[in-house]
Amino acid sequence: MAKPKVPGLFKGLGITFGTLVRTAKEGAATVQYPHEKETPPIRARGVIALHEGNCTSCMLCARSCPDWCIYIEGHKELAPPRRAGGAPRKVNKLDRFDIDYALCMYCGICVDVCPFDALFWSPEYEYSEPRITDLLHDKTKLGEWMETVPEAPELEAGAEKKGKK
Amino acid sequence: MTMIGDRQQLAYIAAQAADARVNVELETEGMTLNIGPQHPATHGTLRIIARLDGEQVIWAEPSAGYMHRGYEKLTEVRTYPQVTALINRIDWLGSFANEVPFILAAEKLMGVEAPPRAQHIRTILFELSRIANVSLFLGDLGVQMGAVTPVFFAFRDREYVLNLIEAATGGRFHPNFDRIGGLKDDLPAGFIDETRTVMKKLRNFCDEIEGLLFGNEIFQSRTRGIGVIPKDVALQYGLSGANLRASGVDWDLRRDQTIPMAWDKVDWKVWTHPDGDSFARCWVRLQEVRESTKIVDQLLDTIPSGPVMAKVPKIIKVPEGEAWVSTENPLGEMGYYVVSQGDQGPFRVKIRSASFNNISIVPWALKGVYVPDIITILASLYFILGDIDR
Amino acid sequence: MNTVIISTELAYWAQSLLRVLGGLVAVLLPAGTIVYIFLFKMMSFMQSRLGPMEAGPYGSMQLFAEVGKWLQKEDIVPAAAQAEARIFKMAPLIVLASTFLLVVVVPFGPDAWFTDFETGIFYALAVGSVSVLGILIAGWSSANKYSLLGGLRAAGQLIAYELPMVLAVVGVVIQAGTMNLQQIVVAQNAGSIFGWDGVGNPYILTQFVAFLIFMIAVQAELTQTPFDMPIAESELVSGYMTEYSGFRFLIFFIGEFATAGVFAMIASILFLGGWGVPFAWFGWTDINSVDNWMNVAGPLILFTKMLVLVFFIMWIRFSSPRFREDQLQRFAWKILIPISLINIMVTAVFKVAF
Repeated sequence: MAKPKVPGLFKGLGITFGTLVRTAKEGAATVQYPHEKETPPIRARGVIALHEGNCTSCMLCARSCPDWCIYIEGHKELAPPRRAGGAPRKVNKLDRFDIDYALCMYCGICVDVCPFDALFWSPEYEYSEPRITDLLHDKTKLGEWMETVPEAPELEAGAEKKGKK
Repeated sequence: MTMIGDRQQLAYIAAQAADARVNVELETEGMTLNIGPQHPATHGTLRIIARLDGEQVIWAEPSAGYMHRGYEKLTEVRTYPQVTALINRIDWLGSFANEVPFILAAEKLMGVEAPPRAQHIRTILFELSRIANVSLFLGDLGVQMGAVTPVFFAFRDREYVLNLIEAATGGRFHPNFDRIGGLKDDLPAGFIDETRTVMKKLRNFCDEIEGLLFGNEIFQSRTRGIGVIPKDVALQYGLSGANLRASGVDWDLRRDQTIPMAWDKVDWKVWTHPDGDSFARCWVRLQEVRESTKIVDQLLDTIPSGPVMAKVPKIIKVPEGEAWVSTENPLGEMGYYVVSQGDQGPFRVKIRSASFNNISIVPWALKGVYVPDIITILASLYFILGDIDR
Repeated sequence: MNTVIISTELAYWAQSLLRVLGGLVAVLLPAGTIVYIFLFKMMSFMQSRLGPMEAGPYGSMQLFAEVGKWLQKEDIVPAAAQAEARIFKMAPLIVLASTFLLVVVVPFGPDAWFTDFETGIFYALAVGSVSVLGILIAGWSSANKYSLLGGLRAAGQLIAYELPMVLAVVGVVIQAGTMNLQQIVVAQNAGSIFGWDGVGNPYILTQFVAFLIFMIAVQAELTQTPFDMPIAESELVSGYMTEYSGFRFLIFFIGEFATAGVFAMIASILFLGGWGVPFAWFGWTDINSVDNWMNVAGPLILFTKMLVLVFFIMWIRFSSPRFREDQLQRFAWKILIPISLINIMVTAVFKVAF
C-alpha cells in the first residue's frame, strides 16, 4: 500500500462522481427501450413458434410440459396415396394448437422433445397483452412467429456435435 | 382501631400498591414488531417476529413458509427433465447452480458421467451464476444500509453476466441447460472472448463496491462487530457457504469433495475470515466473486474439445437406488437426496437448501441487537426466499 | 419580492398577495429544480443510467407528471389512525409550514426580502425545528409501529443536530456582530481579508469548521442519507411517511426538498456571501450604495450558490450508507458539539484580539 490512505467516505464520493462523468461522456449503461432495442442472443427463449406442417399432433410436447399449458386437438384424415394405386394414407390433421403463455414457464422441454422439428424458439419478446386471457395464442399466431426464428448459432471452437436447434 | 383508621390504612396500602405498580410499569413494556412478510429487508416474504424493548431486540424468530411451493412433492410427479426445469426456481438468482447437484445425483444413480467438455462448461456456468447471484448481494447490501448507488452498479454488471448465460443457454434466469449425461448444447461461438471481457468488468465492479461500501467508515461501523457468529455456534446451527467461512471455518465443498466438475483443474483460493461478524460475511462474498472470475478465466483457457453429451437413452429411466450429492452453491451447501424406483421420475427428492439452515441462526444472532442491525445481519446472512421455502 | 418598493405603492391586500406568490416561488422553484437536477438526473448519472427522459425534453416535465399522479391518488387515512384523523392529516402541513416560515427571513437582494428581521438567524433556527413537531405528529398518529419508531428517531435526531447547528451559527454571529441575515451578507461582501477585498470576506474561509458542522447538521436536519434513520426505507419502510399517500405524501416530498433548498440558501448566506458579489468590484461601500440591478441578479446568485451546496448534500446522500441511531447520537454529542464549542471559543478570542 504505497498510496496514501484516503478516507473511505471520500473514495466513495470519487467513485460516484467518476460514474457521473463517465455516464455523461460515454452514455448510460441502459437503453431507452421503446426507441432503441437490444437484440437478444440467438438462443434466447422468447417465444415458441410452430411450424404447422411438421406437426403430427403426437402430443409429446403437451405431455412433457411441466405445467400443461399446451392444448392440442387433432383428427385423423385420409390423404391421397403416395404412389398410384396404393392405399390412402392416414395423416393426423391439427385442429388446435394453443399455448397459454400466461402459464408457460419457458423451460423449453416441448421444443426439445418434439421429434419432428415442429417447435422452435424465437427471440421475439414483444407480445405482452393487457389481459391475461389474451396470452393464449393459437396456431396461426404461433405460425407467424416462425419468421422470427433465427438460424442456430455457430458453435465455439472444440465443439463436436452440430447443434440441432 | 376505628373505621376511619382502617380507611386511612387502606388508603395508605392502596397508595403504596399504586406506587409499586407505577414503578413496575416504568420498566417499559415490550413491543412486538412484525418485520415482514412484506418488508423490503426480507426481499421476499419472510416474516421475522421481533419483540423489542425500545429499539433493542429481546427475542426474534423467523417465520418461513409464506412462499412454500412444495417442490419436494412436485418432484414426485414429474419426470427428470421436468424436475430440472422446476428446481432452478429454488434459488432464483443462481439458478444454474441449482440444477447441477440434482443432475449429478441422477447421473450417479445411472452410472454415467458427463464428458470432460460438459463438466468444464458446467463449472463455467456454475461460477457465472455464482457471480450473478453474489454480485447482486453486494449491491443489495448497500440498499439495506441506505446507500442507493451500489445496487444500480450491481444490476448493471450482473446484466453482462446474465447476457452471457442467456447467450449460452437461452434463459437469463432459468437456464434449464443441464441434462442427465451432459449439456443440452455446446457454447455458441464468441462466448469465450465475451466472457473474458465481462470478467474484467466484474473485477472492476468488485473494486467499485469495495471503494463505495467496504472502505466506507460508516459501513464498517455498521457491520464490524455486529452479529458475531463464533465458529462453534456456526457449526452447530449448520451454516454453510460464505457464512461459515466468515466464521473462520475453512470449508468449501468445491475443494473438499471429488465430484465430476472442473474445480480441481484450476488454481484458486478459499477465503476465510476470522471475525464472524457481518463485515466478515460480506467481505468473504466479495472475495469469492473475485475468485470466481479467476476460476472462470482459467477454465476458459483450458476447455477440452469433444462432445458435451454422454450416451444416454432418449427417454431417461433412472435405475433403482438412492444418491446424495451436494455442491457449494452461491448461498451455501445445496444438496439433493434422490430416491429412484426405476421410473421416469424420481420417487422422492429431499432438497437441502442453504438458506433454510442459514436463517435458522436468526433467533440466536438477533438477540440483543438494535432494529437497524436486524437489517444488516439479515442482509449479511444473505438468504433467498425461494431457497428457504422451496 | 421587492417589498420596499411594493410597500410604498400598493394596497395591503396586493402586497400580501405578492408576498404569498413570492413565497410560493421561493419555496417551490428551488424544490422543483433540486428534484429535477439532483434527484432525477444527477442520481441517475451516478448510477450509469439516464433517469426520466420521456416527459418533456430530457424528462424535465417529469416532476409535473409525478405531481399529477400523486394528486390523483386516494387520500387514505388508515383505520387505526381514524381516531386522530385530523391530526394525521395536519402533520404534513406542519412540516411544509416550517419551510415557508424559514423562507420569510431569507434575503434575496439588497431590497428583495420578505421581512428584514433583526434576529433573523435566531428566528430561522427556531422555526426550522417546527418540522420536528410535524414529523412526531405524523409518526405518532399513523398508529403504525414503523411510523412510531421513525417519528421517535426523527425527534431524537433533529433535536440532537439542532444544537451543533445553533453552535456553528454562533461563530458566524460573533464574527459578523449581528443576527440580521441581510447584514451578515453585507458584512461578508463589504469585508476584506487583511486589506485585500478582491473576494470580500466570505465566512467559509474564517469559519470553515463552523461551515462543515453546519452542513453536517443540515444533512441531519434534512434526514438525508448518512443520517436518514427516521426514513430508512429498508428497515422502517419510510418511517413516519409510511401511511401517507397521494397529496399528503406529496407535501412531505416537497417539504423535504424545499427545506433542502432553504437550508442551503441560509448556509450560503451565512458562509458564502449570500446574494452579494464582493462590493469592491463595483465600488460599493455599504448596502445603500448597492445598485438596483442586484435585486434581479441577487436571487440568481443566491440560487446558484444554493445549487452548489445542494449538490454536495445530494452527492453525499447518493454515495454513503446510513448510520445507526446510537452512532448518530454519539456523533452529534461527542464530536460535533465539542468541536463547535471550541470553534465558538476560538472565534471569540480572535474577535477580541483583532
